[in-house]
Amino acid sequence: MQQSGRPLVRLHGVGKRFGNGVVALQGLDLDIREHEFLSLLGPSGCGKSTALRLIAGLGEATSGAIDWAVEHGNRDIGFVFQEPTLMPWATVFDNVYLPLRLQGVARGAAAADVDATLAMVGLSQFRDAYPRELSGGMKMRVSIARALVTRPKLLLMDEPFAALDEITRFKLNNDLVELWRTQSWTVVFVTHSVYESVYLSSRIVVMAPRPGRIVAEHDVVTPYPRGDAFRTSEPYNAHCRDVSKSLAAAMQEEPA
Amino acid sequence: MNAAERSQRRDYALRIALPAVIAVLVLVGWDLVVRLNQIPPYTLPGPLLVAETFLADWGTLWPAWLVTLRLTFLALLVAVIGGVGLAVLFAQSKWIEFSFFPYAVILQVTPLIAIAPLILIYVDSTHVAVLICAWIVAFFPILSNTLLGLNSADHNLVNLFQLYGATRWQILRYLRIPSAMPYFLGGLRIAGGLALIGAVVAEYVAGTAGQGSGLAYRILEAGYRLRTPRVFAALAMLSLTGILIFALFSAISHLALRRWHESAMKREN
Repeated sequence: MQQSGRPLVRLHGVGKRFGNGVVALQGLDLDIREHEFLSLLGPSGCGKSTALRLIAGLGEATSGAIDWAVEHGNRDIGFVFQEPTLMPWATVFDNVYLPLRLQGVARGAAAADVDATLAMVGLSQFRDAYPRELSGGMKMRVSIARALVTRPKLLLMDEPFAALDEITRFKLNNDLVELWRTQSWTVVFVTHSVYESVYLSSRIVVMAPRPGRIVAEHDVVTPYPRGDAFRTSEPYNAHCRDVSKSLAAAMQEEPA
Repeated sequence: MNAAERSQRRDYALRIALPAVIAVLVLVGWDLVVRLNQIPPYTLPGPLLVAETFLADWGTLWPAWLVTLRLTFLALLVAVIGGVGLAVLFAQSKWIEFSFFPYAVILQVTPLIAIAPLILIYVDSTHVAVLICAWIVAFFPILSNTLLGLNSADHNLVNLFQLYGATRWQILRYLRIPSAMPYFLGGLRIAGGLALIGAVVAEYVAGTAGQGSGLAYRILEAGYRLRTPRVFAALAMLSLTGILIFALFSAISHLALRRWHESAMKREN
């Protein structure tokens, strides 16, 4: 396990009020630490996706501030949406090449990086396929490869596996954790699944809705690699129980 | 050959055979009606006489067909440039779209036949006037379809482009234009037929007063002289031309989209 270290991004009292008056987030204080696998867990409407988009710089916070501890540019954030969000007219290679193309990197110069990233997610032999020829899980792998091709410092994932079947999700969970362990990036992972968050994360932040805010925090201390055995172990169950309790408490403050 | 392929082949065969059977039935019926009622050829010629006239008048009809065809494609070319150009412009700013789109609609909904005489008055060259008429009817489907396509790019993909600091031009080139392709090609298919109709209508309005020499002019002329078989032969040519234009753009659309778009995909089930 890599040591979670100093803060990479700090959120101070971040709030977001939409044009229609809905307060999606209120007074969010959160440090995203270097090399950690942080999950934002909460029911729908708790603002976790909004928080993720603000961190990505998609939209402005209406109050508070988001500060980076290090220099960062367009290449330093990778974003994975809930849907694969691929360009259907482009091959797997071209989809993954996109972020580099937008940075002005020539195709030839980018090819090595793109191919290496495709190899990382296990899609080398599909580089010339079109998205519609791929399964749901493979599309998601392309989406992850696209987010990783710039070697970002921060990988933001918005419920990326929610639409996948359980078997595919477990496989992608394992592969994602393996990749994260061997690379140097930090992950912020949005999910509404207690089990997924416990399995993946080194830290879990539980959020509650209306207005979206943080209500609890859990460190998942079990060392990596965790493996499938962890899914049935006693510490895993204990963590799930604790996190579920926080979530239930958050939900009880108002009728669902 | 498995069951699926067999049924697919049978479908292909039926697609060709069934309309062919209908065509034969209609032609035979038409011939019988003419023969049994002894209808004179200047009222309704039989299909055989139309075919004979088609061959006999080939020398007149062929150049006229070329004129109409050239006009149609010229109008279509200008419609594509104008329609796509305006769509790209409109997609850049809601202000521009809101300001000008209603006028494009007005141009579209005003019947061409009503404005064609005016255009003929204001434009000296009949040829250019006819071209303008064909353009007016052809450009709107391209404009409105392309605009719809440019604006229908996946919202998350737009966000992704912004995340990587894409310029307006990059978003247009790598995202909006490819997204608009299926819509544009659909518009092109409609516009091809409309350009032909526009050219014919304008020639009709220009009529014998103009120096028109297209197929529509030949139809008018033959009508005045009660050479009804020639009217039918020219009509058949126009219909065939419309069908060929539609088939051409359908094929182009299929070739351009077959790798990725739902509309051009083969289905197994």
